[in-house]
Amino acid sequence: MRNNTIKLEFRSLAENVALARLVVASLASQMNFTLSDIEELKVVVSEAVSNSIIHGYDGQPSGMILLEAASEGDVLELRVTDSGKGIADIQKAMEPAYSTDPERMGLGFVFMQSFMDELRVESQPGEGTCVILSKKPDSKDNLHNTSSN
Amino acid sequence: MSLEKKFHRDTLVVKLSGEFDMVAAEEFRRLVDPELDRRQVRNLVVNLGGVSFIDSSGLGVILGRYKKLSQSGGKIWLAAPRPPVRKILELSGFPKIIKFFESEKQALEAVREA
Repeated sequence: MRNNTIKLEFRSLAENVALARLVVASLASQMNFTLSDIEELKVVVSEAVSNSIIHGYDGQPSGMILLEAASEGDVLELRVTDSGKGIADIQKAMEPAYSTDPERMGLGFVFMQSFMDELRVESQPGEGTCVILSKKPDSKDNLHNTSSN
Repeated sequence: MSLEKKFHRDTLVVKLSGEFDMVAAEEFRRLVDPELDRRQVRNLVVNLGGVSFIDSSGLGVILGRYKKLSQSGGKIWLAAPRPPVRKILELSGFPKIIKFFESEKQALEAVREA
């Protein structure tokens, strides 16, 4: 498959989360991901974009979010960037069950970590956040095979 | 996302279809909370049979209603989650606090017997 890149910039509206999922699912379906992988990728992008809307921009619809999805060889890389308030303590934000909202479960980063091979978060308070995620088809299984040998 | 509600005595049944994300979570909250506050609802059955996708916004709103009902001695029951949705619910530890049923009918039977 030829390498592909998609960039999509949209306002921090809840309605746009579905659009972000659709874009990533569409690119992933051109690669060797299983349907189950694609379901997981949809959860991952939903969490990353929802975090930008809810936490980065405190639910205000005036922010902009940039979604970049690229396939390079068999690796899918996703970047979700906002210019919101940023994260003061990235380690703490990534802890399971850590949430600033009682109606939320603090599972966003847990899903991102569970379903992707790599997760990197770059953030500075007041300067926004960039979440970088990557995954290869079946790479988790390969990893298990390698570690058990 | 589409939401339908109906009542069986003190049980509110909400049937969802579509993707249970941030947008749907807000619609769910707007539909369900006034009923929980106004009526003497003791049980909430959420029929997830038509839900093709769920993320932590959907999970969060279910958990929020679980907490709300627990305070008044009520319960929440989940019916008919499809495999991808069930997987996310299980990964999130939901089976430890909320019972799942294969169908809405089975969930309502369990509510009656509880």
